[in-house]
Amino acid sequence: MAAKSNLTNMALVLSATCLICAAILGCVYAVTAAPIAETNANIQKAAIAAVLPEGVEVSEAVPIKVGGEDSEYYVGTKDGAPVAYAVKSTTSGFGGALTLMVGLTPDGKVYNTSVLSHTETPGLGAKCTSDPAFTAQWKGFDTGSKILSVKKDGGDVDAITASTITSRAYTLAVKNAYEAVKGLAK
Amino acid sequence: MMEILLIIVSAIFVNNVVLAQFLGICPFLGVSKKTSTAAGMSAAVCFVITLATLVTYLLNKYLLLPTGIFKVDLTFLQTILFILVIAALVQMVEIVLKKSAPSLYQALGIYLPLITTNCAVLGVAINVVTKQFTFGGAPHMLGLGDAVIYAFATSLGYGLAMILFSGLREHLELNDVPKEFKGLPIALITVGILAMAFMGFSGIA
Amino acid sequence: MSKMQLITKGFVKDNPTFVLLLGMCPTLATTTSAINGLSMGLATLFVLVLSNMAISLVAKVTPDKVHIPVYIVVIATFVTVLQLLMQAFTPAIYSALGVFIPLIVVNCIILGRAEAFASKHNVIDSALDGIGVGLGFVVSLTVIGIVREILGSGSVFGWKFITGDGILAFIMAPGAFLVLGYLMVLFNKYLAKK
Repeated sequence: MAAKSNLTNMALVLSATCLICAAILGCVYAVTAAPIAETNANIQKAAIAAVLPEGVEVSEAVPIKVGGEDSEYYVGTKDGAPVAYAVKSTTSGFGGALTLMVGLTPDGKVYNTSVLSHTETPGLGAKCTSDPAFTAQWKGFDTGSKILSVKKDGGDVDAITASTITSRAYTLAVKNAYEAVKGLAK
Repeated sequence: MMEILLIIVSAIFVNNVVLAQFLGICPFLGVSKKTSTAAGMSAAVCFVITLATLVTYLLNKYLLLPTGIFKVDLTFLQTILFILVIAALVQMVEIVLKKSAPSLYQALGIYLPLITTNCAVLGVAINVVTKQFTFGGAPHMLGLGDAVIYAFATSLGYGLAMILFSGLREHLELNDVPKEFKGLPIALITVGILAMAFMGFSGIA
Repeated sequence: MSKMQLITKGFVKDNPTFVLLLGMCPTLATTTSAINGLSMGLATLFVLVLSNMAISLVAKVTPDKVHIPVYIVVIATFVTVLQLLMQAFTPAIYSALGVFIPLIVVNCIILGRAEAFASKHNVIDSALDGIGVGLGFVVSLTVIGIVREILGSGSVFGWKFITGDGILAFIMAPGAFLVLGYLMVLFNKYLAKK
């Protein structure tokens, strides 16, 4: 059973516990720091690769304002000429921030989109990452001939069933990304 | 001003801490058999959540973030620091109340030790410093003032859910429910219906 | 109690969810799908086994008055270790479970087992107790996750067997309470029959 308490052994045990635990945590942190950084970099890299055409060379991150907020974009070049841009774009979804990577070609078409992070409701808004009916429409979405807003608001985007707020946020993120790089192409 | 109103409405009704975020369920089910105890618990939770969020927000900003006084990223210590601060804070509140406001201590005292393990306190403290919130505008981290208002409003939401539920439960006691449903099962089903009613508020957001 | 009983008691007799009624927050919040429920259960199992072992080792030298703070520090350490490992190797599950991973610290199952069992038994028994109760938690969460996923999305572990949507309310908050309530009724019925 537990030892009898007096000031010395209480202070001793508490400080010893804290020291040992701090040491363990320090070690684990040191060991996992590199894999964590690598995992995060891989997620970003995979998202960029998913929204740009195959076989392009991806530039370093370039800072840009997207929807009035600080963000960044990457240029995909082939044979020295830019063929597409990957833009990071954040808007307010239903549960919180919704961050997308949006691939756009210089002629104003969406190449593809990919969700970097979201806090949408599982089974509802979270379907923006998986529902093929929603995600497939972005491939080759022509901003010249179609309107970037959901059908309910008079646009050409099919919303996810019962998740209009998420669909609107997603559409706005694409729109902001498009507005941000529109000037770059020329 | 508009944003503060949005924070309050959202924290109390739309994202109710118990009925939508599932935080603090154990005491919610445990001490809601009578309205009077439910009210006492709610008041104690309200006090601790607001105070704990204030303290942990400042500690996170000035000790853990790389922009703080140590200039290194110590956010991996968040969980351990926050739970220790909350445990110490609850103890301190208990001692101070006992000395300075014995009548208040009489009312809240028995609930205070239970609050350390109420996950609503730690949950709100962690959410406030890690999540980007969207109150009508672009996603952003909360400032100190907004964080405290959010914490206070969240705890009001806790109280609202708790008192509503205890009222329902007092009536349930008098009803004849099938043997297998007695106690917690029927209580959980009742909370489910209550949560459904609160889902109606999500239209406001 | 035999070693075997230590491991199997968590499934029915001392089931943490349906009998002891502990750890309700993660039980309700993270069971939106079978895979999320299973992951949350395993994460809790990991912390429970390690903290039970560590606490059974330090219990004898810990003065009575400071035993709770010491236990909390030990548990919080293992939770942080888990957080770091999950961030590094299973980032998708980590972000799906969100705040409920750090909240394992205040899961009453863990502090409860530390107080009621690990502080009074040796390392091996404490580890087995952790595995037993932890597995009980894993099973309960997975079952609730499966039921909610079938009703709410029409799928099991991501494998869809209907086209279109399920009954969305079951993935959202009300469904969590309703499913747990009705499963508890079935559990009580089963216990009463025995």
